[in-house]
Amino acid sequence: MSEPSYPDDLRYHPEHDWARIDGDEATLGVTWYAQDSLGEVVFYDGPEVGAQVSKDEPYAEVESVKAVSDVIAPLSGEVVAVNESLTDAPEAVNADPYETGWMVRIRMADPAEVDTLMDSASYAASLE
Amino acid sequence: MRTTPLHRIHLEAGAKMIGFHGWEMPVYYDGIRDEHIAVRTHAGIFDVSHMGQIEVEGPGSTACLQRLLTNDISRIEIGGAQYSLLLTEDAGVIDDVFVYRLGGDRYLIVTNVGNHHDDLTQFGLVSRDFDVHVRDVGDSYAMLAVQGPHARQVVGATLHIDLPARMHVAARQIGRRPAIVCGTGYTGEDGVELLIDPEIAPAVWAELVDAGTVPCGLGARDTLRLEAGYHLHGNDLTTEIDPISAGLGWACVESTGFVGCDRVAVFRANGTDEKLVAFTIEGDGIPRSGNPVLQGEETVGEVSSGTFSPSLDIGIGMAYVRSDLTAPGTLLEVDVRGKRRTARVSSKPLYPKTEEET
Repeated sequence: MSEPSYPDDLRYHPEHDWARIDGDEATLGVTWYAQDSLGEVVFYDGPEVGAQVSKDEPYAEVESVKAVSDVIAPLSGEVVAVNESLTDAPEAVNADPYETGWMVRIRMADPAEVDTLMDSASYAASLE
Repeated sequence: MRTTPLHRIHLEAGAKMIGFHGWEMPVYYDGIRDEHIAVRTHAGIFDVSHMGQIEVEGPGSTACLQRLLTNDISRIEIGGAQYSLLLTEDAGVIDDVFVYRLGGDRYLIVTNVGNHHDDLTQFGLVSRDFDVHVRDVGDSYAMLAVQGPHARQVVGATLHIDLPARMHVAARQIGRRPAIVCGTGYTGEDGVELLIDPEIAPAVWAELVDAGTVPCGLGARDTLRLEAGYHLHGNDLTTEIDPISAGLGWACVESTGFVGCDRVAVFRANGTDEKLVAFTIEGDGIPRSGNPVLQGEETVGEVSSGTFSPSLDIGIGMAYVRSDLTAPGTLLEVDVRGKRRTARVSSKPLYPKTEEET
């Protein structure tokens, strides 16, 4: 997508990551701003199912032609699903960062962490 | 931050801009990958107006450049072009340049923007001993590179000019102004570089884009040159690196007496501890400048340039490695952010070259 977009149903981490909360699980990915800053993503290296991710810590790498970047976990938990399609088609992170470009789903270790994340309006304002 | 005469055009085209040695330049328009492929398959156009130009003119110009630059200037006929190096006394590479012989006693040297000031200093020092005028003419030109298998055809038809052959230069009229057309480039493809009046640069750019050339940024320029195995000063060449290690002995003719020639002769005779190699990564991983190169547990070198190759869809790079490990096919490992990736030493260019049109 070529225009900035920060969906209202997501929560945001200042390191340009989003979380979609669903009960005690959360789906994670990077924001429009993150993918736009990186440029075309050509390589994705993420964790396997069963791995532990910690809030504010890197859990994956995305790499564009020009640069490599850590992906920071907005929440802590255990990885219960990974987006296998990103290995072969990492460009989904650019084309559709909030749907087909998702990275992992976790079972949250501490759902109270959700309250520390920003809503769409706050995140968008932080980019001004 | 300095801007080129095409700055407004870049912004209007939605280019992603970056700072590059004090200049605000487009890194890409729509995306590096598509721009790269456009140059390999059709024709791309680059604004390289940030590059420096030095004119050397006068009865002592050939002798002066023979002293300043490593290659044999006397081999360039009028209308010819040559790749050359500017060295320190210790044979460190101050810059790598293209020299164009515009007339019997008149040369144009195209420099890298990051070294232009150091080049001018060195030119100033050495030229004192010769009957020459050295002028910084960087502000006199906008520079457009049009590169790709169809580049010549599009430029010739659009600007209604005959183009000089590859590695040649010609004075032409573009937009009714004097222009210099160079049959050179930095992509591995055929094409031309146009040195034109800055005032007409936006119109020339627009005409060539209308004719189907694809605007390309510095991002694609880097991936293209690395696939071709061309050095980038600052990465693959520095004042700490000699030309023999860099694989540029072919551009040095010690008998001409250039600054640094004695050291180059020693390096050539004795060999160097390290040499620059090109390599491809087998499987995942994109090497980056500074990554260690390993064989077993031993560090045997360091990556000087690394990127993703849009032509091959894999990581590629160049590295300085121990001189006994430079044969094509040699398997090494690159430590890419803590992960060991297999690298195969390869011959240049790294991409499959298609038939050339001449």
